[in-house]
Amino acid sequence: MTKPQLPLQAPPDAGSAAAARETLLSRTPDVIAPGHTFGSVTDKISGIVLTHRTPIGWFMGFAIAFMFLMILNITIVKLLFTGIGIWGNNIPVGWAFDIINFVWWIGIGHAGTLISAILLLFRQQWRTSINRFAEAMTLFAVACAAMFPLLHTGRPWLAAYWLFPYPNTMQLWPQFRSPLIWDVFAVSTYFTVSLLFWFTGLIPDLATLRDSAQAKWAQRIFGVLSLGWRGSAQHWQRYETIYLLLAGLSTPLVLSVHTVVSFDFAVSEIPGWHATFFPPYFVAGAIYSGFAMVMTLAVPMRAAFHLEDLITMRHIHNMTKIMLATGMIVAYAYVNEAFYAWYSGSLYEQFMFTNRATGPYGPFYWMLIAINACMIQLFWFRKVRDNVVLLFILSLLVNVGMWLERFVIIVVSLHRDFLPSSWDMYEPTVWDFGMFTGTIGLFLSLFFLFVRLLPAISIFEVRTLVPAAKVKTTSGTEHLL
Amino acid sequence: MILSLDADFLCTGASGVRYSRAFASRRRLEGESSPLNRLYAVESDATNTGSRADHRLPMKASEIEAFARAVASRVGVGGVGAANAPQAAQHWIDPLVRDLQASKGKSLVIAGDGQPAIVHALAHAMNDVLGNVGATVTYTQTAEVQPMDQRAALKQLVDDMNADKVALLVAMGGNPVYSAPVDLKFSDAMQRVAMRVHLGLYEDETAAFSHWHVTETHYLEAWSDVRADDGTVTIIQPLIAPLYDGKSAHEVMAALSGAEKPGYDLVRAYWMSPGAASGTGTIAAPPRAPAPTPAPAGNAPASAPPPRPGAVAAPAAAAPSAASATPQFDRQWHQWLHDGVVPNTAFAPKTVAIRAAFASQVTPRGAAQGLEAVFRPDPTIHDGRFTNNAWLQELPKSLTKLTWDNAALISPGTADRLRLISGDVVELKQGGRTLRIPVWLAPGQAPDTLTLHLGYGRTRAGRAGNNTGFNVNALRTFDAQDILQGVELNKTGETYQLACTQDHWSLEGRNLVRVATKTQYDADPKFAEKMEEGEARKPLTMYWQPYPYTGYAWGMTIDQNVCTGCNSCVVACVAENNVPVVGKPQVMNGREMHWLRVDRYYTGDIENPGTYHQPMPCQQCENASCEVVCPVAATSHSDEGLNDMVYNRCVGTRYCSNNCPYKVRRFNFLLYQDWDTQSLWPMRNPDVTVRSRGVMEKCTYCVQRISQARIAAKLEDRQIRDGDILTACQAACPTDAIVFGNINDPGSQVAKLKSSPRNYALLAELNNRPRTTYLALVRNPNIELEPPQAATDGEGRG
Repeated sequence: MTKPQLPLQAPPDAGSAAAARETLLSRTPDVIAPGHTFGSVTDKISGIVLTHRTPIGWFMGFAIAFMFLMILNITIVKLLFTGIGIWGNNIPVGWAFDIINFVWWIGIGHAGTLISAILLLFRQQWRTSINRFAEAMTLFAVACAAMFPLLHTGRPWLAAYWLFPYPNTMQLWPQFRSPLIWDVFAVSTYFTVSLLFWFTGLIPDLATLRDSAQAKWAQRIFGVLSLGWRGSAQHWQRYETIYLLLAGLSTPLVLSVHTVVSFDFAVSEIPGWHATFFPPYFVAGAIYSGFAMVMTLAVPMRAAFHLEDLITMRHIHNMTKIMLATGMIVAYAYVNEAFYAWYSGSLYEQFMFTNRATGPYGPFYWMLIAINACMIQLFWFRKVRDNVVLLFILSLLVNVGMWLERFVIIVVSLHRDFLPSSWDMYEPTVWDFGMFTGTIGLFLSLFFLFVRLLPAISIFEVRTLVPAAKVKTTSGTEHLL
Repeated sequence: MILSLDADFLCTGASGVRYSRAFASRRRLEGESSPLNRLYAVESDATNTGSRADHRLPMKASEIEAFARAVASRVGVGGVGAANAPQAAQHWIDPLVRDLQASKGKSLVIAGDGQPAIVHALAHAMNDVLGNVGATVTYTQTAEVQPMDQRAALKQLVDDMNADKVALLVAMGGNPVYSAPVDLKFSDAMQRVAMRVHLGLYEDETAAFSHWHVTETHYLEAWSDVRADDGTVTIIQPLIAPLYDGKSAHEVMAALSGAEKPGYDLVRAYWMSPGAASGTGTIAAPPRAPAPTPAPAGNAPASAPPPRPGAVAAPAAAAPSAASATPQFDRQWHQWLHDGVVPNTAFAPKTVAIRAAFASQVTPRGAAQGLEAVFRPDPTIHDGRFTNNAWLQELPKSLTKLTWDNAALISPGTADRLRLISGDVVELKQGGRTLRIPVWLAPGQAPDTLTLHLGYGRTRAGRAGNNTGFNVNALRTFDAQDILQGVELNKTGETYQLACTQDHWSLEGRNLVRVATKTQYDADPKFAEKMEEGEARKPLTMYWQPYPYTGYAWGMTIDQNVCTGCNSCVVACVAENNVPVVGKPQVMNGREMHWLRVDRYYTGDIENPGTYHQPMPCQQCENASCEVVCPVAATSHSDEGLNDMVYNRCVGTRYCSNNCPYKVRRFNFLLYQDWDTQSLWPMRNPDVTVRSRGVMEKCTYCVQRISQARIAAKLEDRQIRDGDILTACQAACPTDAIVFGNINDPGSQVAKLKSSPRNYALLAELNNRPRTTYLALVRNPNIELEPPQAATDGEGRG
């Protein structure tokens, strides 16, 4: 990598404060590498879709992902014809892999929304290189997640519409006090808004692809998808308005969706679930795991498509820092869980905690502590943040840790609750793993298709980052074009 | 005051129900108060009787004779000699003897079926000297028409067959090929008989060795008659025409004697015969069948066999024909059928005397070293006659909570010494015979004693019963049908998965079962309430006004003081509510479907623990945790306080079960109901929905029975009366531990019980306001053996 260069020139007369800022910024890598022009950005990103040869690694990766997608298909067919008894769920552990996976996937989705909406509102320019695929990740993760609330039910063919409030002759409505109904609204809203947001952001780029595509059918498809975008000032004006509105809509969702998901547990009365601090704890955990997933995807994608100059070390550093911050909140929640167990004075709460730490599933608890509370302390070190391969491995581990966290919350709380007579153990079956790895297959398949068929990085937004896009005003501040 | 010598009189044997009821009648603290009885149990394996004992002493079966001799000599039975009680029982003898002597004429000594004759004789002698005969003990003639030593008779038959003296063998019921002592080699002997006929409900092991198998009618399909243990006769009426064209034992006997007739004619004709129902109870012995018929051939392992169909009625030839019935007899006959009993047929008490020097005629058994095994009928499938009954196979055994299998029960201490854990397969050797069987740790088991339950390991039991468990008859010889000494145990290193429905035995210090001694109870009757977790709180509600239940408000109490943990309620619930059987793999996965389970907890010393039974149906909470979390309102509250389950509406999220603190909800993870087997169709209760896959289900307080009572009451334009509704579990409970009714009616039994100071709600601190409440357990220990404790708090906590 070339030596970092300051993209934003400070005014020469800014004094020592500006000099200090310069020194600080000189240590911060660029948002994009220098030397790019409007044309080079466009060519580089659209080339992946239109002109470049598809790397052999893409085919191999897609084949593996597709194989797992087929495992998912087989599992779902088996599930629908035999019943959810093919899984290991039992009484008392009524929820296990199904809901763990649901919470895990939906949590992962949160990073995409955070990057695209909240960072947009806060005018964090570095988001532009990663927001597109982070949003795609959100969509695919929510698609994976949304499968579970439906398929985990005993009769999904009924759950598919009874969970929605549709007018019917029996005047029977869903039971609105149930957090599962809130889930239905939260997840469907989340998916809809994320899809709109993602697609709206794609329109100018789709038009770019339409204009650059050589093949007739590609022109047609991109033509239809770009909804007649001509790049007129009025288009841009409307685009900016709707995009900002959608960002405003998405922002509360980052907080509300996982809050609602946490209500599934917090509203119940099972020790280990019944806790008032669950919403912030879950939201932090979601962003934490989401950024880990973005990292997991960004590192290999960046290498495979040579995007190091668009997804720079600046992005990697920032994502690591967010993981560190949210991870620390999660670790704080673990401490809180222990504290509340003791402070509640409740026999059941106290037992819940001892059982987590020393019960039959104790090792899982300590693994998650090791990852989510101890391992993330490595992110404090610049050397670690600079080591992309290590970060890739650590981000995978964070995803493992967050999966274990949900395992501990869901299974370990349920398997020993109030009456010792009903205590039992939970063991997953091959179908549980089929479902889990299958959704990973679905996620990766969609992602492979996405990076091959659509611009994985926002072309027009990255174009705004190149030096030519900067104009200096008379007041000395800079504006984007 | 009762002393039980290895007798599980509450749950095993033909009269268990009657004894349970009688025992419970002196365990109630409400109503007209009578002093609590006190039960001492000395036993070799952990039984329900032992679990209800105020004092329990685990003791090897072979040592009980010495113990009985020691007690007998102290209470004044002559000629017993100076016997030494086993070391572990020394501290018991004095207090026990004092207690026995203090309650002369009000005590009872019971010897177990598995104990040798001498122990029974000692028990009778003790009852005699304690003045119990005529007061608590009544002797009558036996219900059998021809009392005989059935074990000897079976041996005689085998000898005769081996000597080729038997040309025709008709096995009427029973399954001697499976159940006869192994050293008799019954099947080998049987194969020497030229013509072998088997009458039985199943084409079982014996049928396989027979030339002819005759399908027997089930007792619900045939006319027959039977005597209760006091001799009272009842005419058995069929409830359904024979499903498989079966023949009853009466019909087969009649056919063999050349006068084939329907069972109804046979039974009726017999009771028309002069003297049959005269009330004297003397019934002429029926003529012998043409061939030796091992009537209860080897099928009665430890207990005296319950009166069997066919034991009373004589072949038609001995009685006048049904055609000559007088109108007077007709009226009488219909009255009998209507009442269910033939009046005045109870046996008259008999005066018997024990031989003076009986005790010295038997050499006292020396202290036996090493392991010994006791053979016991299985708590659920008995001796194998119910092996193919899937309801019973899946019924968790009262104490071990095992299903679908038997195991060698072993005390935790002995297992520790032998380095065994539950599920380890061991090889038991004795006299050149071996048996491979997994062990299961049973708290309260006597040291060095293995309990081997009969009835398992059958090869031709049927679809449900084949190849379940281990056939312990492989070790059971003619001379050791009850107690087998000198058993050698070798670890095989293999393990076997047993399906247990309750993994955890400890109360974990939780106040789920609340126990006090009688002394503590007298001092503080409200002890149970005070054991509430946390501080006493006002019931919380977020509504200005809690829902007023103005009509009926259904509720239930379960009196733990009279519950013996017998499991009748569980099976009754299964039968009433079409509860499916799921099979061993599903049980192992924690998916048994029982709406009502009986929780069993141990406290104290694990070698001789306090054992508590706690029936656990849906608690029908007023603030039900399950209702608020169901997304489709499939479980909702009725205005009578029932927590209703709407199967049609359920989509199966299982959230309700997760949020149920009692975990009483059951989920159809797979299609557990057998829709296809036609013979199961009439088995189901037409008033109860048969649930399909993917649906949650649970106890409904037998809502169908409530509906029936409501309809009946409406037709008569009245309110439902107390006692109109008996839930299935309540109806089956031999001790009336379960009481159901309208708690808004202050006169109802359930409302009265709920006002008892012993009444407490489980997990009341969660503010669920369960409608099912429990009446706390009050023990009645002898203060000499158990000095009173200051506080009740230590009790009932694991």
